[in-house]
Amino acid sequence: MIYSEKVMDHFQNPRNVGIIKDADGVGEVGNPICGDVMAFYIKVKDNRLQDIKFQTFGCGAAIAVSSMVSELAKGKTLEEAMKITNRSVAEELGGLPKNKLHCSNLGADALHKAIEDYKEKQKKKEEEKTPSSADKFHCPYCDGPVEELENYCQKCQIELEPCPECGQPTRKDQEKCVHCGATKVGV
Amino acid sequence: MRKVYLDHIAATPLDTRVFDVMLPFLKEKYGNPQSLHSSGQEALAAVEESREKVAQLINSEASEIFFTSSGSESNNFALKGLAMARSSRGKHIVISAVEHQSILQSAKNMEKLGFTVSIVPVDKWGMVDPDDVKKTITRETILVSVLLASSEVGTIEPVGEIARICRSQNVLFFTDAVAAVGNIPVDVKELGVDGLSLAGNQFYGPKGSAALFIKAGTRIFSLIDGGIQEGGRRAGTENVAGIVGLGKAADIAKKEMNQRTEKLNPLRDMLIQQLPQKIDHVILTGHPEKRLPFQASFCIEFIEGEAMLLSLDMNGIAASSGSACTSRALKASHVLLAMGISHAVAQGSLVFSLIEETTSKDISYLLEVFPPVVERLRKMSPLYSKYLEEKKG
Repeated sequence: MIYSEKVMDHFQNPRNVGIIKDADGVGEVGNPICGDVMAFYIKVKDNRLQDIKFQTFGCGAAIAVSSMVSELAKGKTLEEAMKITNRSVAEELGGLPKNKLHCSNLGADALHKAIEDYKEKQKKKEEEKTPSSADKFHCPYCDGPVEELENYCQKCQIELEPCPECGQPTRKDQEKCVHCGATKVGV
Repeated sequence: MRKVYLDHIAATPLDTRVFDVMLPFLKEKYGNPQSLHSSGQEALAAVEESREKVAQLINSEASEIFFTSSGSESNNFALKGLAMARSSRGKHIVISAVEHQSILQSAKNMEKLGFTVSIVPVDKWGMVDPDDVKKTITRETILVSVLLASSEVGTIEPVGEIARICRSQNVLFFTDAVAAVGNIPVDVKELGVDGLSLAGNQFYGPKGSAALFIKAGTRIFSLIDGGIQEGGRRAGTENVAGIVGLGKAADIAKKEMNQRTEKLNPLRDMLIQQLPQKIDHVILTGHPEKRLPFQASFCIEFIEGEAMLLSLDMNGIAASSGSACTSRALKASHVLLAMGISHAVAQGSLVFSLIEETTSKDISYLLEVFPPVVERLRKMSPLYSKYLEEKKG
């Protein structure tokens, strides 16, 4: 047999095969011309790989490599998972035939791509969630930027307070919030 | 576990009758055919008897048969030897796009020696159009090489017609008949070829024993120089046991070929008809009718050949694939690509080639075991998931 027992075990009983529909990160490497296509799906919780699934089009080695990567990475922190290399995967599998080392041994790359994809997505989410404070609050009168904790607009000097409903700055003596329409009680 | 061997194209089992006649030449009959003593003469007589038997199988003269070590050697010998012997007339060689590597790589090497090579395309069945050969021949052309049948896709080429075209243009014509000889009737006189290769391990003979037919009066440049073996054209002490085995296998093939074909044809058809009923997205590769009687080849979409071979092997079934992952060079079969099959689909190549011992139970077993293998691998395949997604719209 050209493959080690461990490779054959992972080929026969691959761990974590499948797709995560609402994955936090997806990574795909390879193309059918050179042989293999690997797709990794990850779920991240508290900076750890809570769940991993993969799909692989390719030879026995490619399937075993993907399975081994998923097993090695599951439960690891993102930093730890990024340290998994193609070489260490091959070693864990008890070695791979020489000619398979480059084409089929792309599992770690696919995983890293999924993690990068996750980080990229997180970054975008963060940006959406916390746009720079200059964009966040605007004076309801002059539309000038208002810092979060300021109680007056620096531009037009109007006294402000945050609306208890939407958090946007509202004129202190105004009954109705211009942002969300909430009425202030007791004015 | 049931053992089902469906890899005829890699090697056939050795017929016990062949083994029996070989054995004495591996033991007590060890003489060198070039020796004058009776031990040597005994070996020489056996070699010459085999030459006669091989000649009879392809309807040639015994003096037109040269023993070699493999089909690849025969192909190298023919392509290089015939081209070099004719190089004063021109330096253009024509081959088909579906030749065996031993022809393809020989031709590529000849380019380094100043020859030019043209490659004739094939249709979707892997069939060469003789007209294309005709169009490719120039005043510089000295040799055309088109295989008789493809082991990989099973297609039988219109070699007789191509040979006629070459003869009318005064161009030598060689055919790699390794997959065909011993399995289908091959008559060098009827085909009108100038050279033809054959190998024992394709018709129940031993490995390492093959032959090259060169039509009487044709000049060939030798590749292995030394002694006067094989008429001085191929030096080296004869592989006597192998040659004796090849002769016996040829003898048996001549007598039993029809019987074998009558048995294997329906089994092959059973596989070709029923496999696509059991698995969807299966493509038959090669010509649906003009194909080798023992060969059924497919591309199974969305999955890769080596993974299928490993899974089949776990079920006791031996087969072949032309996928990139199974080749040491990691390149998809040039034959499938030449037929216009995409890289992704070519990766799913699978070749089942039947042997004499194959039974309908074997084929039924394959048809039972194989669909779950495909299903399992498709479940793992991102290409299949994508296809299902697209299908859903």
